[in-house]
Amino acid sequence: MESQPVFRTRGLTKSYDQGEVTVRALRGVDLELYTGELVVLLGASGSGKSTLLNILGGLDLPTSGEVSYGDLDLSVANDRLLTRYRREHVGFVFQFYNLIPSLTALENVAVVTEIAANPMTPEEALRLVGLQDRGLHFPAQLSGGEQQRVAIARAIAKRPAVLLCDEPTGALDSTTGILVLEALESANRETGTTTVIITHNAAIAGMADRVITMSDGSISGERRNSERQPPHTLSW
Amino acid sequence: MFLARSVLSIKLRRELWRMRGQVLAIALVIAGGVAVCVMSLVAYSSLNATRELYYQQNQFAEVFAPLKRAPRQVLHRVSEIPGVVRLSARVEAAAKLELPGFTEPVSARVLSVPQSGQPEVNRLFVRQGRLPAPGRNAEAAIVGAFAESHGLLPGDRFSVIINGRKQTLVVTGIVESPEFIYVLPPGGMLPDFKRFGVLWLSQESLSAAMDMRGAFNSVVVRVQPGYPLASVIHDLDRVLDRYGATGAFSRRDQFSHRFLSDDLDQLKIMATVFPLIFMSVAMFLLHVVISRLVNTQRDIIAVLKAFGYSNRQIAWHYSQLVLAIAAIGLVLGLLAGVWLGRGLGELYMEFYRLPGLLFRLNPAWLALLILITGFVAWLGGWRAIRQAAALPPAEAMRPEGPARFRMVGAERWFSGIRLSQPSRMIIRQMARRPLRALLSMVGIAMATAIVMVGNFQFDSVSLMVQTEFARVQQQDLTATLVEPVNAAALFGLQRQPGIRYAEGRRSVAVRLVNGHRDRRSVLHGMPAEARLQFVVDKDLQSVDLPAEGLLLTDFLATELGVGPGEDLRVEMLEGDRRILSVPVAGVTSEFLGVGAYMRLPALNRALGEGPVINQILLSVDPAEKDEVYQSLREAPGVLGIGLRQAMLDSFYDTLARTFLTFTFFNSLLGAIIAFGVIYNTIRIALAEKGRELASLRVMGYTHNEIAHILFGDMAVLLVFGVFSGWLFGQGLAWMIVTAMQTELYRVPLTITAHTLGISATVVFVSAMVSGGVAWWRLRHLDLVAVLKTRE
Repeated sequence: MESQPVFRTRGLTKSYDQGEVTVRALRGVDLELYTGELVVLLGASGSGKSTLLNILGGLDLPTSGEVSYGDLDLSVANDRLLTRYRREHVGFVFQFYNLIPSLTALENVAVVTEIAANPMTPEEALRLVGLQDRGLHFPAQLSGGEQQRVAIARAIAKRPAVLLCDEPTGALDSTTGILVLEALESANRETGTTTVIITHNAAIAGMADRVITMSDGSISGERRNSERQPPHTLSW
Repeated sequence: MFLARSVLSIKLRRELWRMRGQVLAIALVIAGGVAVCVMSLVAYSSLNATRELYYQQNQFAEVFAPLKRAPRQVLHRVSEIPGVVRLSARVEAAAKLELPGFTEPVSARVLSVPQSGQPEVNRLFVRQGRLPAPGRNAEAAIVGAFAESHGLLPGDRFSVIINGRKQTLVVTGIVESPEFIYVLPPGGMLPDFKRFGVLWLSQESLSAAMDMRGAFNSVVVRVQPGYPLASVIHDLDRVLDRYGATGAFSRRDQFSHRFLSDDLDQLKIMATVFPLIFMSVAMFLLHVVISRLVNTQRDIIAVLKAFGYSNRQIAWHYSQLVLAIAAIGLVLGLLAGVWLGRGLGELYMEFYRLPGLLFRLNPAWLALLILITGFVAWLGGWRAIRQAAALPPAEAMRPEGPARFRMVGAERWFSGIRLSQPSRMIIRQMARRPLRALLSMVGIAMATAIVMVGNFQFDSVSLMVQTEFARVQQQDLTATLVEPVNAAALFGLQRQPGIRYAEGRRSVAVRLVNGHRDRRSVLHGMPAEARLQFVVDKDLQSVDLPAEGLLLTDFLATELGVGPGEDLRVEMLEGDRRILSVPVAGVTSEFLGVGAYMRLPALNRALGEGPVINQILLSVDPAEKDEVYQSLREAPGVLGIGLRQAMLDSFYDTLARTFLTFTFFNSLLGAIIAFGVIYNTIRIALAEKGRELASLRVMGYTHNEIAHILFGDMAVLLVFGVFSGWLFGQGLAWMIVTAMQTELYRVPLTITAHTLGISATVVFVSAMVSGGVAWWRLRHLDLVAVLKTRE
């Protein structure tokens, strides 16, 4: 399965000028991500994992180093190109769901399918996360876990090449969090989308094909699980 | 209070600075209202004070009594009338002038100045030169407006025909008089400085020219303050009756005074109507902005309360914010208002040729304005302030509950129409906050209406003048005769070269009385088959003159409280001064002036005279107009001549300039309101939807696509706002037209497509400017931050 990497980074660095101090969020990251794999990016707060995810997702540009998606060089792309890249290839899941409160679950998914080239139907996406019956509810009428599953449905509905999840269970209790992880796991399994979950919660690592640990802006460890643990066996 | 070094005041300062765009937008709207109010008040009080002082210093008469001829000995009896403190008897005459290089007919009113120089009453302000000296026959002082339009200076000479005798006069001085602040030709409604002037000759020389030695034909008196004018008028009429008096009248019926009073009244209307609109818009803006601020500061309020700040302190803190914004607006508005008010005052001063301008701003009004502005601003923020004060700390710690949305009913009815998700967002956003959407729309409507009000007046006044001269007065020129002549003279006149058609009228000064109400006016006898000048109804259709009775201008009918079918007492102020009771047959609509109309033979009969006329209306061949002017100028029976084109030109020269300034000013104010409303609405939408929009950007929506969501509802509000603004503006225009009706003119309500277009353009351009600012901000939306923060 690991033939060509989907993403490839070499010597990736990122510094922010914050007033008088320069924060070095990434200090030379070399990384490959392969088609269909589920990667958990583990690290404490401030380890640089979110910065890495933002660069992979085309939300931010690196200070130096290379990052490429297939043949596309993300390190030099302009805003227009990055927008198209996000529109066509990336699915995002946020810690705080970021659903649009004025749209129903189904319509929130349609927000993405309307602008995608080859999407699944919103109903199908909701079925994948087990919310086919909640399509007509507004976000305010859904629980936190349900909202996050709608967000997952929204992210996978365009059949993205990569699904980037930033602390997807961060705002949820463990029981609800596991339901969300199950939705992510099944989406990865059924659609074959490369999935990156970033978290500070080490217990989640068991469900991954590969676990990458970050600290102080660089990769401090990497291991491969012999087999993926089903989310319902995880606990924290 | 803003200088206190408490932490809350520091917070206040920083927040004002952080929201400076919105603060400025609201402050500008408040400033707009304050500025119009102060401008009008400053101009009003300054002009009023200037006029008072001018009247006082120059001893402007309270009562005017014209008569035929009385020996000077009678003055002794006049001075004994109770209440009379000063008087001045004089000789008045009409003259025709010939100015070198100016072929058109010029007429003038001539008054005498006593031997001693300045008259006791209606003294003259000498701008340049001196008054005509006694014993020098050929000297004259001339009124400033006339001198200026002809470039006449002391030492210049011109010929004049007084009482049929031609003489050459030398200009000794340029003067102004409280009696002729507004110089109107007889029978004219618009000033024409080039073709009508006022001259002052020494009593000796004017008396000689008019065969009035030892006599006078006009007396003006000053009355003891507080003494009833009616009694003085009554006594004057009694004393002068046998000398052919045509009835004494007070300042109320004096043209110049009345014109100026009408103008001043209009300033007062401006001081209330416009600020009202501005203040209500400002209130709404403050309400929206402060509510939003309180919502975003729930946690801060909770923390402050947890630390022991009282509800009163919290309320005071947010009230200070509101009052600070109001204070900024107030200061800006006061400065602008004083500056503009001075400018406007000076404009009027020049127009009226007042010798100077006293600057006045009543401190009591100013204090009231400050109080009202503060109160209105506070009222605007009141709900939000109360909400902040009443928030229980524990509840405030939690974020505001998630926004509740629902399907909009209309969406279900029109389920056949496929809407994009962004369009749904726009519709539901508006449905969730219908009141806010409505208020934004009202704000835009008010902005549109203000611009409309500025523009429609120009259209309306133009229409008024065009109509008057195209539909009502079709004659090229009007000649007023010294004495009535037999109508048969028209036949001779019509055979003269250059004259296409001639029509005669009999005009007589009258006093119209109904019970305790009375008005001085002019009764016109018109031929039944009039071809040049008509009487028109509301729809500008000419009205047939009734065989019996008279027609009355609707404004006059209302003032006198009479309607068709009722009898009116008509006192002729000429000849044997008959008093008749005439039925009112109907009312007419005229824009300019007021009058009463009868058939010519009926009027002749009523006056007990033969078929005579004293006004001739002429239609002239343009190619031979100079010859016609020449012959009329030389005809001794002709008192004065009015030209249609000249009146039109002078109107556009003088009034149009003032109106254009006014229009520009109104458009500016409308633009400020539109900018204030739209900028704030967009900024708040951006604050509320920033997270949503950034999420969409992350998901791959382009900058343009999210701009569509942000500006979509604004566009809807804009379209509906402008439409309702047109309706609202129509109402407002009607209000203003009604409030500004005067005896001199009544502006018709006309709103042209041009006016509608300009108002919409001003609003759309302001929208585009504020949209541009938001567009720029949208470009710099922080996508990464959105992912990390909770709502």
